[in-house]
Amino acid sequence: MTMDVGYAELAIGSILISNLVLAKFLGLCPFFGVSRRTSDAVGMGLAVIFVISIASAVTALIYRHVLLPTTPEHTNVLGALGLPVPEGGYVLVLKTISYILVIAVLVQFVEMVLRKAVPTLYRALGIYLPLITTNCAVMGMALLNTEAWRDPANGLPVHLAAFNGFCGGVGFLVAMLLMSGIRERLAERPVPKPFRDLPIAFISGGLMALAFMGFANLFGIAV
Amino acid sequence: MSLLRDFTDKPIKHNPVFVLALGLCPTLAVTTSVRNGVAMAVAATTVLVCANLLVSLVRRWIPSQIRIACYIVIIAGFVTMVEIGMKAVAPPAVNEALGIFIPLIVVNCIILGRAEAFASRHGPASSLMDGLGIGAGFLLAMLAISLVREVGGAGTLWGYRLTPVTAGGVTLLPHVEPVTVLGMAPGAFLVIGLLFAVFRWIGLRRREAARTAAVPAVPKVAADFAKKTSESDAGAGGGT
Repeated sequence: MTMDVGYAELAIGSILISNLVLAKFLGLCPFFGVSRRTSDAVGMGLAVIFVISIASAVTALIYRHVLLPTTPEHTNVLGALGLPVPEGGYVLVLKTISYILVIAVLVQFVEMVLRKAVPTLYRALGIYLPLITTNCAVMGMALLNTEAWRDPANGLPVHLAAFNGFCGGVGFLVAMLLMSGIRERLAERPVPKPFRDLPIAFISGGLMALAFMGFANLFGIAV
Repeated sequence: MSLLRDFTDKPIKHNPVFVLALGLCPTLAVTTSVRNGVAMAVAATTVLVCANLLVSLVRRWIPSQIRIACYIVIIAGFVTMVEIGMKAVAPPAVNEALGIFIPLIVVNCIILGRAEAFASRHGPASSLMDGLGIGAGFLLAMLAISLVREVGGAGTLWGYRLTPVTAGGVTLLPHVEPVTVLGMAPGAFLVIGLLFAVFRWIGLRRREAARTAAVPAVPKVAADFAKKTSESDAGAGGGT
């Protein structure tokens, strides 16, 4: 497998086949924590789409230009500045810390910009934005796009990484929306006491995951 | 002794998975086999204990406005160390199965939660014990889930195939066809949901028993009788 992945393949793969929540087990804390009401679930989903797209692009840039070793075939910004990255690169040592710092700073930055530029959106997303720093969907998507991509020697190109992040976010929103619909209805049903709230939500999630397994190998796409 | 209590009341009463519902991603993702589950729990506990200790030691010098960022940097440092250590120590198959979930320990809410809720307010010794206790609870949860998923889903235990055992004509361990779905993504949700409900049910029953035992200010014989009937009621309730 080389670099020739298309937009459609990434979109179908990330939204349906390997849904971040239901197939990759990422972002489960908000999936169960903020899915009691549909309005909350949509707010969280939109906030995640916003941050995950930008974070995927920035971490892909960092991966290509700071963490990977500089070679004749692979020139990067640090190499151009006269500080070539040594053989082996900084992937093992700096990846985790640089990604989490980028995400934390980005969340703060997005919060500040939104407050100034789009106050309505800021009020709608308000409390969900800070929570995203510790949402493992964002960090997980960054890792899946770079080090864990099928071709870790290059990672996904920046524009495709951003698109894949966006699609992962859309998949997250879809899962949140479905889950919140189910839970709003479950809240009015006579569920046995030990199963109330979380346990029955887990089981509903399991049945959803079972349904999403039906998308495996859709159009022959393997992700 | 309070230090000991910092440890002992954590694994069950404050179990990070089944009571606090934290750290769900690795709990569901890597529990396909007991070996992966234990490796994940050990890695996360190492980070948790080290981060708790360091946060507690430097808590007086961290300005409260940027404390979360400081905790994240401390945790990320230990996660990187554990990641490199795992690559050196753990078998390649385990490393491959854990994959991105080792670097993802950095966003595990159990660890950040303990740094914020406990280590930033208590001394190093208490924080160390708290880390060990929460880690033990995490290990217990991982063991329970991965045991069900590996034995039920693959018919193996720690990688060894379970074969039917018969002794003197009595089948001790019958042959059971593995339920493949338990090893896949939906199985993880179903198993954790059912175990969660069992955990809650036991908790509810104990609270009920404690309440009925505390209530009667009546002669001892009557109180004993009430207790006995409530116990047998609870026992009978278990079958339904």
